[in-house]
Amino acid sequence: MAAYSLNINNKIFQVDVEEDTSLLWVLREHLGLTGTKYGCGIALCGSCTVHVDGNPMRACAMPVNGLDKNQKITTIEGLSENGDHPVQEAWIEAQAPQCGYCQSGQIMQAVALLGENPNPTKQEIKAYMNGNLCRCGTYLRILKAIELAAGKIAAKT
Amino acid sequence: MELNNQGISRREFLKTSGGVALFIGISGLLPHMISCKNNKEVQKILEKHELTAWVKISEDGQVTIYNPAAEMGQGSMTSLPAIFAEEMDADWSMVNVEFSPQESDIYGSDKWSASNKVMLTAGSMITYGYYSIMRQAGAQARYILMHSAAEHWQVPIGDLSTAPGEVINEKDNKRIGYGDLVPYLTMPVSLPEFSEAELKDPKNYRFIGVDRPRVDIPEKVAGTAKFAIDIQLPDMLYGVLERGTIHGASPTLHNESEILGLKGILKLVPFDYGIGIIAETLEQALAAKKLLNITWGETTASGFNSQDCYEAYDKIASGKSAGKVITNEGDIENALKSASKAFSIDYKNDYVYHAQMEPLNVVAQVGADGKSAEVWVGSQQGFDSKLGIPDYLGIPAESVKINLQYLGGGFGRRSMTDFVLEGTGLAREVAPRPVKLIWTREDDVSYGAYRPLTLQRLRASADASGKITGFSHCIVGDGGHLVASGIGIDYYDIPNKYAEWREVSEGIRLKHWRSVGHGPNKFAIECMVDEIATHFKQDPADLRRNLLAKSPRALATLEKAISMSDWYSSLPENRSKGIAFLERSGTLSTGVCEISVDRSTGKISVHHFWSASDAGIIIQPDNVKAQMEGGILMGIGSVLKEQITIVDGQVQQSNFNDYEIMRMADIPDSVETALIESREPPRGVGESGTPLVACAIANAFLKLTGKTLRHLPFTPERVLNALNS
Ligand code: FES
Ligand code: FES
Repeated sequence: MAAYSLNINNKIFQVDVEEDTSLLWVLREHLGLTGTKYGCGIALCGSCTVHVDGNPMRACAMPVNGLDKNQKITTIEGLSENGDHPVQEAWIEAQAPQCGYCQSGQIMQAVALLGENPNPTKQEIKAYMNGNLCRCGTYLRILKAIELAAGKIAAKT
Repeated sequence: MELNNQGISRREFLKTSGGVALFIGISGLLPHMISCKNNKEVQKILEKHELTAWVKISEDGQVTIYNPAAEMGQGSMTSLPAIFAEEMDADWSMVNVEFSPQESDIYGSDKWSASNKVMLTAGSMITYGYYSIMRQAGAQARYILMHSAAEHWQVPIGDLSTAPGEVINEKDNKRIGYGDLVPYLTMPVSLPEFSEAELKDPKNYRFIGVDRPRVDIPEKVAGTAKFAIDIQLPDMLYGVLERGTIHGASPTLHNESEILGLKGILKLVPFDYGIGIIAETLEQALAAKKLLNITWGETTASGFNSQDCYEAYDKIASGKSAGKVITNEGDIENALKSASKAFSIDYKNDYVYHAQMEPLNVVAQVGADGKSAEVWVGSQQGFDSKLGIPDYLGIPAESVKINLQYLGGGFGRRSMTDFVLEGTGLAREVAPRPVKLIWTREDDVSYGAYRPLTLQRLRASADASGKITGFSHCIVGDGGHLVASGIGIDYYDIPNKYAEWREVSEGIRLKHWRSVGHGPNKFAIECMVDEIATHFKQDPADLRRNLLAKSPRALATLEKAISMSDWYSSLPENRSKGIAFLERSGTLSTGVCEISVDRSTGKISVHHFWSASDAGIIIQPDNVKAQMEGGILMGIGSVLKEQITIVDGQVQQSNFNDYEIMRMADIPDSVETALIESREPPRGVGESGTPLVACAIANAFLKLTGKTLRHLPFTPERVLNALNS
């Protein structure tokens, strides 16, 4: 066991866990930030996607001891106060989720995409989102939601 | 809250003729309405649950409608309350939706079995199962509100009407909100059972056929929606099980003391088919699981090879002994003998796995005395709405409380209770501490319960003009209804029909998988139709038009799909279209896909998919479309990629590296859904899209290449083999 200090959603959290515990278990089971989901544990489904210093990362594949306390971690809970980030709003407009389980990860991945590329083509969206699985098959609506979100963000800036 | 007897005696019970009665009781501040057949049952349940009701209205006008079905993404949380709200004339902006308690006496539907009310979200049945219940209960709630307003104003009820959320007396120009009526609620002497003509005129519908944003989506987008895996309870422990990779094999553990000596490990719990571990933290439990030294016993599945068994199944299909006959109309043998052309073709399908994104899990807590239990679970419910826990623990049903959570996908897997009982078994060992049992993805794959592998021998006879005169279908496979569903072809005008199932038993765990037997069976049937059409140089859509001549509703879906896909138009090089028709869960659908094939890699791409369905009355059109889209995408992934294989009894796949499901790069450019207008009762759509896919793709492939794909999935290797054959 070791103590770690983590900057998550602009708050400092202290946890005392085994060294190789994944960030995913730390977030979910130790800190109760359960918006980030477990789907595969081997970085193949994207359900656990969070941002580390703005980059989309798979929390299941990040041991807590590899994180620096200055790295800024953002989870779905930290994306917006009231679930009203433009990407979240676009998701509602497109009525994208079905079961919803994959959607936190999808949204975090999409926010990162639009951060890097505010006006992606369909092909670019598909390539960037390819690591995020959705068993309910909501991909067409996710694609539409990302296009909507790009429009919303462009209109705001 | 415990109710005292006085609380119950102040309640009034009403019974009506036709099954659904509505009860209103005033206790404390809030009126409650519940529906039940039997007064004694109502009383019994009220003694346990104060908040059993279809609807709760509070004085601020908030209306809570209870959803009796599971929400696994199919939209029940919106569509069923919308039906209720329609007849109640609720103001949707004031409506909240909650899961009802899991009490089938009150909240069950009789559509599963006439003698027994059941809460079960499966088979795309819930809209059909609750449509009349929700309409009737909603209309009765409105009647009570109008009756109460009539008493309050001392006017005849006939003078009153409603607008969203309020009762209106047009004569005096008076209105009162539903919430404001709460203090004046009184029960009529009897409650009418409303006939179709007395229910709302469809032209005034504000909910049925009118899209309402799904109520569960905002929290799913905010990340705050609670799945069972997200539940945290004080003092909670963690559980995992090692079940091995041979289904049903029993474990012998060789290093118990070593494992128990690990930090945080509290207990090892033996099961017939696995070893359970209870630990302080999840990561401790998972680390210990990896260190277990177990040898596994022999079982039915030992030695089984899923790719070799087809040879044996072929012999069974050729054998003299008939299996269970499912259909026998006319004289199939005579039809085959006297045919101008007879066909006999085998189709095969490998096992597939559910791959719901939320791995199985449950949070369970058993009372310190072992005499009560409470679980938090994402379940598709079941014939036992207490999920088998009362029997498992030997306690009465009323001592078990099920807290239903959102399901991170079901697809049939969550209609099993294996994981629920495992969690309960672990919790019993450490009672009263709660335990969160998590299946890893690897557990979920390798100890899955798959759609059965089958071999299907189809035979058909045709006359010289190419008219099909006989159709025979023999399935060899394990799993009873799991392999037989969808074998019927009632809608096809063929005089001689025969279907049978020949049983094998391999010891592999099997379960309903989205659309059940329809996937493999419709694949075989619809491919056979195209192979016959191809032989006679007929257009496959034209042949189906003849076959469906006596089924006008089915024919309408065919014509619609033909027109929306522009079926008869010519296509660019290396593109072709395939068509399929089927019935699933009472819904009739025709699907058309457009594909291309990479002849060097064997990769099939689906570019467009069109479907036209008659699903009766459509409650929420956009949600129906979402279900069709999702079902079709899941279908494409499963048809092109998904395959569980078994070697010497051992499941070979373990995670998304070797069990690949559809990813975004492979989605079609468009999936278009048309819904045929209908006033028939609503039927199921969640499973209608999936089974259209295999046959539509194989038929497009046949048209494009002249070659047949007869074994699911159509992996690149199989496609290349077909191309080179
Ligand atoms: S759980 Fe991390 S990628 Fe699947
Ligand atoms: S919405 Fe269910 S897995 Fe994506």
